[in-house]
Amino acid sequence: MSDTAAVRPARWTDLANPTRFIALADRLVPWLAALSALVLALGLWLAFAAPEDYQQGMTVRIMYIHVPFAWLAMMCYSIMAMSSLGTLVWRHPLADVSVKAAAPIGAIFTLLSLVTGSIWGKPMWGTWWVWDARLTSVFVLFLMYLGLIALTRALDDPGKAAKAAAVVTLVGFVNIPIIKFSVDWWNTLHQPASVIRLDGPTIHPTMLWPLLTCAAGFTLLFVTLHLMAMRTEILRRRVSAMRRMAARAADVKEAGETGR
Amino acid sequence: MNPHLLYVVAAYGISALVLAALAWWILADQRARRREMAALEAAGVRRRSDARGPGK
Repeated sequence: MSDTAAVRPARWTDLANPTRFIALADRLVPWLAALSALVLALGLWLAFAAPEDYQQGMTVRIMYIHVPFAWLAMMCYSIMAMSSLGTLVWRHPLADVSVKAAAPIGAIFTLLSLVTGSIWGKPMWGTWWVWDARLTSVFVLFLMYLGLIALTRALDDPGKAAKAAAVVTLVGFVNIPIIKFSVDWWNTLHQPASVIRLDGPTIHPTMLWPLLTCAAGFTLLFVTLHLMAMRTEILRRRVSAMRRMAARAADVKEAGETGR
Repeated sequence: MNPHLLYVVAAYGISALVLAALAWWILADQRARRREMAALEAAGVRRRSDARGPGK
């Protein structure tokens, strides 16, 4: 079997092998980390060089981090939903590793989008928080992340936890379109979409480009952290498997010695 | 001073702190698991896939 593996050309499906995944992550992570630092530095510099908004004044600068955080909160959940399909349909162990590793990162980005939005809301809306459809649905997303963090860590056997977490993640995915379209379906204090809309962005290019650069930087940061967390999760499972094997071997040895 | 400066500084400051804490947590987890793995390997425990190695 090892012979065919050596001859066969490398394919993307080889990533399904955790050992190859770790090797790839080892190669990619330093470059991705450096690239995210670079793009984030450029994005933040552009964000502070951009003109102030004629209505929002300087608080518009909060948007350059608030909007990417909110995008990533939804993107991370979408990645988890796709990984859950991988768990349920192909029973792939790496798919569950992806869900478990992504949940805390997604929770942090969701929390930051809520916090930065709230800090912007105080001077601009005159309130830290309102229970409108957009804010409430994002808050529900945050709670779902917390639930999934608990669920993926509740059982000792990762295989059992994987199936439950995958089902819950997929059921919860219904919330993502609700978040996206909440500003169109209901009358919200939160403004409607101004970048991803059918008739094109309505933001002036002097603000759109810094925003897109920041979004790219934070996305790179997310990918870097997710790869690192997945690599660590594979290692964690190997360590516990090796400990089980060592314990079993010690048991057998002991039984053999006492039997004599 | 712009009265809104404090809000902008707070938003960026909190975000930087929280993201730094997240990165630190992920790195600390990675270090701890690598240490465990190294200790197991030093103790001579092998993975099933290494069964054909020097152990057997």
